[in-house]
Amino acid sequence: MVDSPFTPMDGLSRAAPASPADADDAALLAALRAGESDAFERLVRSYGPRLLAVTRRILGSEDDARDAVQDAFLSAFRCLDRFAGESRLSTWLHRIAVNAALMKLRTRRRKPEESIEPLLPAFDGGHHQEQFSSWAEPVDQALERAETRAFVRDRIAELPESYRTVLILRDIEGLDTEETAVRLGLTPNAVKIRLHRARQALRTLIAPHFRGEHA
Amino acid sequence: MTCREFADFIMDYLTGELPPETLEPFERHLSRCPNCHEYLAQYRQTVEAGRRAFACDDDLVPDNVPEDLVKAILEARKGL
Repeated sequence: MVDSPFTPMDGLSRAAPASPADADDAALLAALRAGESDAFERLVRSYGPRLLAVTRRILGSEDDARDAVQDAFLSAFRCLDRFAGESRLSTWLHRIAVNAALMKLRTRRRKPEESIEPLLPAFDGGHHQEQFSSWAEPVDQALERAETRAFVRDRIAELPESYRTVLILRDIEGLDTEETAVRLGLTPNAVKIRLHRARQALRTLIAPHFRGEHA
Repeated sequence: MTCREFADFIMDYLTGELPPETLEPFERHLSRCPNCHEYLAQYRQTVEAGRRAFACDDDLVPDNVPEDLVKAILEARKGL
């Protein structure tokens, strides 16, 4: 496994300058490679919370998210020798956690997926059937509120799984089209189509709220 | 360009990937169709909403990994 080329949403990138965190990572890595058993526990306790947040985003289910975190750490332990240190440890672990979550997604029993079509814009003779009224409040302002952020997360959770996964990987986890395609076994074009539909469907789901039509 | 075609091209427009022969009719449609103008604005805001919905919530990151999970991971490591 090579170091990750993308910047996950925790804001830690390979381009960041050396910091106390880098020094801590270097010390931790040295201890891990020396096989010091408390180093493994430190790694799990330090990075586990963020990895759990990642696997929860992708999988939804708490049990699956915990399984994926366990799988991710075991993968990381196995691959420590191959971690070249070109990215931050957090970035490398993020990538492994995404992989573990996607593996879990593939192996878990698939529920029949609902069609996304009803959430896509409808057209009549090439024109939108709907007249779009403008939103009452700028999104960036509305999203200052925790309840609005929770509302959007809940609507994302309502998207059909194959679309939700692409939206999470591309827009939230920060993978590019090519990498998302590889991870999901899709063509880059299929990823683009799914992402576009997922965003359109999410717009349909959140629009009533942002128009001020609170249910 | 119809509204349907306009909607199909939105993502490529936002990433600057529309070829010139499509960009020109796209922007002409955008300047003439207030409904598509609004739809594009909402599409952009939806992308932003998705990103921000997760980005600012430190409370989505648990303070600790559940103790039983830490133990399970460390126990499983012994089998590697």
